[in-house]
Amino acid sequence: MSNYSSTQEKLSRDEMAQKVAADIPSGAFVNLGIGQPTNVSNFLTNEQGVTLHTENGMLGMGPVATGEDIDEDLINAGKIPVTELPGASFFHHADSFAMMRGGHLDVCVLGAFQVSEAGDLANWHTGAEGAIPAVGGAMDLAIGAKQTWVMMSLFTKTGESKLVEALSYPVTGLGCVSRIYTEVAIFELRDSKVFVRSAHGISFEELQSKVSVELTKA
Amino acid sequence: MAPRIASSAADAVAEIKDGSTVLIGGFGNAGQPMELIDALMECGATDLTVVNNNAGQADAGLALLIKERRVKKIICSFPRQSDSWHFDEAYRAGEIELELVPQGNLAERIRAAGAGIGGFFTPTGYGTLLAEGKETRVIDGKGYVLETPINADFALIKALTADTMGNLVYRKTARNFGPIMATAAKQAIVQVDEVVEAGNLDPENVITPGIYVDTVVALGGNK
Repeated sequence: MSNYSSTQEKLSRDEMAQKVAADIPSGAFVNLGIGQPTNVSNFLTNEQGVTLHTENGMLGMGPVATGEDIDEDLINAGKIPVTELPGASFFHHADSFAMMRGGHLDVCVLGAFQVSEAGDLANWHTGAEGAIPAVGGAMDLAIGAKQTWVMMSLFTKTGESKLVEALSYPVTGLGCVSRIYTEVAIFELRDSKVFVRSAHGISFEELQSKVSVELTKA
Repeated sequence: MAPRIASSAADAVAEIKDGSTVLIGGFGNAGQPMELIDALMECGATDLTVVNNNAGQADAGLALLIKERRVKKIICSFPRQSDSWHFDEAYRAGEIELELVPQGNLAERIRAAGAGIGGFFTPTGYGTLLAEGKETRVIDGKGYVLETPINADFALIKALTADTMGNLVYRKTARNFGPIMATAAKQAIVQVDEVVEAGNLDPENVITPGIYVDTVVALGGNK
């Protein structure tokens, strides 16, 4: 039975975040990367009972702090002031990353420059001449969580697919991505294949013509 | 032995000499021991190797040490930020050496130093540029990279409260690298808001046991 579906319109950024949020299993421990993935938290429901992890040492992170709730000692990985929810906990950095590396987080959602059909991820460094490299927790997160999902636009500004046969950007982690959410399609990487779960504002055939890796309808 | 209670931040850092390796706590500004860093600036020590998650923000703390070219090498995970202009300039001028380490490996290398571990195989970084030249091993089908401990001469840390035995409690996400850095340096120097008499901290809530702490300075606080 096919699970493939399609819509006439592309997904907006909020709709992408909504789709990711809806796919997060209830009760999961989740790390949302900086940038687009952070928006996912706006669409998680109380009923889902998801606990958010931030790499700088907290589980049970709440929404961004405003007004009197702003506390310089309570920030997220993007160094933005946040709040703590009932049941929150604090821990030091080695514990925080042991939590990732040890496979205790259920899902992490990251942005990407490129993902290969084997699930290799590039998201830390463009490799450009003169660029100052910075890696932060990207490599730990990519290979640590039980499932690593990517949110990205499928195409570069010049129209090239970021879903590729082999990475041309420097590697963040090998074989770690299992799902990719883009504005035109949601991909699942499993059994050495790239499945298209849904297409948005594009036909499966047109999608295949623009992406060099072989696609299969889910 | 109970830690030395320093009379000022300047007194606390007085033993830091040229060429020292210094762990500096903090993630961004949370947990960054600003007054100790300012005192390190004043004391004039140079040719430092500094270990921190970042490479300084804006025009304060670590950023100023880098601006004044007092740091010959920085070991960090995330140097480039919107306000890391002093690092950027020093780096582009070839006047600071950068050892870039994935954040979890940075934390674990510090932890390993404090725990007497000679090295460890980690999956983080395997198959990437940051593992180039390092020993690797495949264990049960999974690739790992050998990482070694980061030992240091000094650690500069910010905690909330110390007791006279050097036991520490921290505050929220300002804890970050503090507890592991305290273990990894020959001398851990800690700034706190307040020093209380032994017995006034609940032993169940102590995060850093006093055995790791050498010098404490109380600077008051606005919390």
